[in-house]
Amino acid sequence: MTYLTPEIDLGGEQMTCKVRISSPLRRFAGGAREFQVEAATVGDLIRVIEADHPGFAAKVIDDQGQLRRFINIYVNQEDIRFAGGLATPLKDGDEVSIIPAIAGGSGGH
Amino acid sequence: MAEKGAIEERGDLNPERIRRYSRHMLLPEIGVGGQRKIAKGKVLVVGAGGLGSPAAFYLAAAGVGRLGLIDGDLVDLSNLGRQILHSTPDIGRPKVESAAEKLRRLNPDVEVVVHEGRLAPSNALDLFSRYDIIVDATDSFAARYLINDACVLTGRPFVHGSVLRFDGQASTFVPGSGPCYRCLYPEPPAPGTVPSCQEAGVLGPVPGIIGTIQALEVLKLLAGAGRTLAGRLLLFDGLALRFDEVNLGRDPGCAVCGDHPTIKGLIDYDAFCGLAPDGGPDARNPRPLS
Repeated sequence: MTYLTPEIDLGGEQMTCKVRISSPLRRFAGGAREFQVEAATVGDLIRVIEADHPGFAAKVIDDQGQLRRFINIYVNQEDIRFAGGLATPLKDGDEVSIIPAIAGGSGGH
Repeated sequence: MAEKGAIEERGDLNPERIRRYSRHMLLPEIGVGGQRKIAKGKVLVVGAGGLGSPAAFYLAAAGVGRLGLIDGDLVDLSNLGRQILHSTPDIGRPKVESAAEKLRRLNPDVEVVVHEGRLAPSNALDLFSRYDIIVDATDSFAARYLINDACVLTGRPFVHGSVLRFDGQASTFVPGSGPCYRCLYPEPPAPGTVPSCQEAGVLGPVPGIIGTIQALEVLKLLAGAGRTLAGRLLLFDGLALRFDEVNLGRDPGCAVCGDHPTIKGLIDYDAFCGLAPDGGPDARNPRPLS
């Protein structure tokens, strides 16, 4: 798997997904709001990001290898929990959004 | 100046009300009928801070019949960058008092009801049953799960809003029709996992935008206009100035609204969110157990 940075243009033959990460997780994935990743499934996508940003996967995946329950991942606006979970396949041009819950607030939580 | 009467009387559009709400009634999607429905509506805004300020402000401006407020906090200087219902002279006052004063001044036609104390498992069911729609303008995961469960158990629709830094989320949850908040987020993050605004910051207009969207959703629900956010999660990125949305589905296994619910009464939400009985590390704002 190749993690593509925006500066690298490998032409139209590569299978790429656009990843959007919401605020609380952004700093664990290099700080970018939006970037491109080449991956075959959602699980692969997380591994690819982890390879460049160690520690990211642990924020998203728990000890049992499951998606943490305060985080949702959407492929083209559809929740992967209703699709194939982390095994949800990706295709060229898919948009993957990683959205954790936020609460605002004063630090009570 | 119109006299305050029973909530049913607010549906009577006297000349003053016709003038005040003229811009609403010109809208085909609202009209006289929609404004009457708004005038008979009973809405509880939980939280009179960053989200609750714009939400309550616009709901009062729109002439919601009964507007309830509940928030146990006092106005603090650190609030005034975004909590636009409050002003410098209000520092140290209970937020609900400060808010009620401004809302009544804006629109004396609205019955503003101040509820003392905090929303808690001991009062939520009774309180929610007195209103038609709930606005979640709170600032903790514990409060959000409490509101969700109480709304599911009382069958009340609620409009959710949340913000952090430059980001916001909003949705409308209608029990019995689509997902609830637990379907979206079955469990909260462990304490310390997701920062609060106090820790990470928030830019004033961001809750302004999300709270205003919450008011808009309430008015649409009351008037029966347009398409609400039910079944969708609105995502706002204030830095890129971009709105996105994702689709939400009801989880048949949801603990409170699923086919075989395991939550049939309100629970200890501080414990559920992993907090100590005093509400966590912020000892200045204890959140009591029921």
